[in-house]
Amino acid sequence: MNVSRAWVVWAVVLPLLALALLALGACIGSTGFDSLFGLHNDPVATQIVWDIRLPRTLGAWLAGALLGLAGAVAQGLFRNPLADPFLLGSASGASLGVALALVLTGSAASQAAFDGAWLARLGLTGAAFVGALAGVLLTLALARGVQHTLRLLLAGVVVGVVLSAAKDLVTLAAPDMLQAMQAFMLGSTGFVGWPACVVMAAVLLPCLAVSRACAVALDGLSLGHATAQSLGLPLVGMRSALVAVLALATGTAVAQAGLIAFVGLAAPHVVRSLVKSTHSALLLLSALMGGLLLMLADVLARWVLAPQELPVGVLTAMLGGCYLLWLMHRQRSFGSTP
Amino acid sequence: MHVLRSFLRRLESTAGRHPKNGPQGRCGWIAACAGMTSTFMPKGHSAHTNTAQAAIKVIAFVKCVLSIFVFGLSLNSAAVTVTDDRGQTVNIPLAPQRIVSLLPSLTETVCALGACARLVGVDRYSNYPLQVKKLAQMGGGIDPNIEAIVAAKPDLVLMATSARGVQRLESLGLKVLALESKNVADVQRTINLLGQVLQAADAPVLWREIEAAMQDAKQSLPPATQRLRVYFEASSGPYAAGPQSFIGEMLARLGVQNIISSDLGPFPKINPEFVVRADPDLIMLSARSAQDLAKRPGWSQLRAVRAQHVCGFTTEQNDVLVRAGPRMAQAAGLLARCIAGVKTP
Repeated sequence: MNVSRAWVVWAVVLPLLALALLALGACIGSTGFDSLFGLHNDPVATQIVWDIRLPRTLGAWLAGALLGLAGAVAQGLFRNPLADPFLLGSASGASLGVALALVLTGSAASQAAFDGAWLARLGLTGAAFVGALAGVLLTLALARGVQHTLRLLLAGVVVGVVLSAAKDLVTLAAPDMLQAMQAFMLGSTGFVGWPACVVMAAVLLPCLAVSRACAVALDGLSLGHATAQSLGLPLVGMRSALVAVLALATGTAVAQAGLIAFVGLAAPHVVRSLVKSTHSALLLLSALMGGLLLMLADVLARWVLAPQELPVGVLTAMLGGCYLLWLMHRQRSFGSTP
Repeated sequence: MHVLRSFLRRLESTAGRHPKNGPQGRCGWIAACAGMTSTFMPKGHSAHTNTAQAAIKVIAFVKCVLSIFVFGLSLNSAAVTVTDDRGQTVNIPLAPQRIVSLLPSLTETVCALGACARLVGVDRYSNYPLQVKKLAQMGGGIDPNIEAIVAAKPDLVLMATSARGVQRLESLGLKVLALESKNVADVQRTINLLGQVLQAADAPVLWREIEAAMQDAKQSLPPATQRLRVYFEASSGPYAAGPQSFIGEMLARLGVQNIISSDLGPFPKINPEFVVRADPDLIMLSARSAQDLAKRPGWSQLRAVRAQHVCGFTTEQNDVLVRAGPRMAQAAGLLARCIAGVKTP
């Protein structure tokens, strides 16, 4: 009774905190509060608050939510608390996609080749998304399906290593695109506009719905594969759906905000330390928590060095790493005194 | 046209207003003109207007009429349409007066064209000429600070083609030119393009000066240096500067040989063994890497290392060498001084 109440409380508190942060996010940036005060008479101030600060703050929440959800799915699916959204080769797939797009469009810009034309329209964002999905599909093909968790995990590691080596090969062949590549993969929410927000929201909602519908499978899996099977659940279908959610959510987040470390790994852990719950609640709370974490990091990234700003990926890696370490030590001391 | 502008400026100072350049300023004038005509309409209670005020109003009115005239002129003559290095056609209706430059070589080009005062923001790596260090910094090529750029209300943003955020800035309604020079021909093209866009100094004159200085640098070298075989290390990796790269082209213009063949591309990552086998007469690299060059396995016996024909360039010198921009004559001078240091038989 108490347990089931607790998650509802958090499910209300986390969005409220996010709303408060959204308001704060509208106030913070390189021009400070000036833009907020000038909102009524200065069109540039309006543009800064409405077209830059709000979409990037909201975009940070959405990307964080996608990663948090993907992290919770990955940890449940692989029954491994160290699993993170990039485990199935999506990160290296995305960077390979961007690298290939840069090479192809780079050469096509001069001669306007036919095959470069659709790539240019697709853009780097599209290339990252396609790359991430291709990485996951390759992992699935190598693991021959989703039945064997360990095989899937190993295939993910292999694909990750091989694809990032392939990306290195491509960048070696065309070193002048190294910088563009670096610029694209650097985790940053600074370039998120309203269209990106719409895309991420459009992916987040169905992903959340599908994963919560399949949460029973994750609950069953946490008791072991045999038990899960004995419950009579359509495991294969549910697993496939969850892997699809994982790939889609991660791919979208990487495509819009680059590589953002630790949010996907940390969010589910933070939720578990707050409340004990079934996977259905954990998935929702992880998404909310991931959104909150990345939003907080985004606001901090703009605030710490204002009027300069930090790339948010750098900040999440540092903050997330420290927090996880602290959580680990705290839980160990809890564990020693049962 | 220029006479008119300077006349306007003088009028402005007599009217005691702040000189305000650019389209905003002109539009402001037009708005003021609209208001002005209404104040000239006879009104019932305008009897207090003394002669001094009337004079100021007349001056302001004349200024307004003239500014509209100039505005019209510049509308006719100043609209420029250019194609940037993305292949994107950008229409620039008026000579830009508030420029943000997010690439050091572009900052240098704007300043070399005499338009340094029109810069309102630069990236964090722009450090030449010294006055640009006082400008607001708006991130780097990888992480431009979108908000700071928009807040500066630029009428033109210059950035590298590889930079992130070009589309984002365009979607926020800014004019963006993405330019990136990779060789000597690019530098000339970029100078001409920016000269056209800025409608500032005479770009061909600047280019002729650069060409002349480059020629001087070449002629300062004795003919015997043409046999010298040079290895230029672009970064420790080691990545070499091949003949296709900007530095490689400069070396070729100075008449020396590059140990890297052109089919390896502009900046090939090479095996240190390759340098040992090629045994160059002269090695150029950054000062930091030059310190422990002899410690690299097998390198202590290299001809250049034994004879100390190694040029270590400081960070400032490296900026001059690596940035494909208007300081290339200075870069040629640096390279020539290094080459001249080799005792040729």
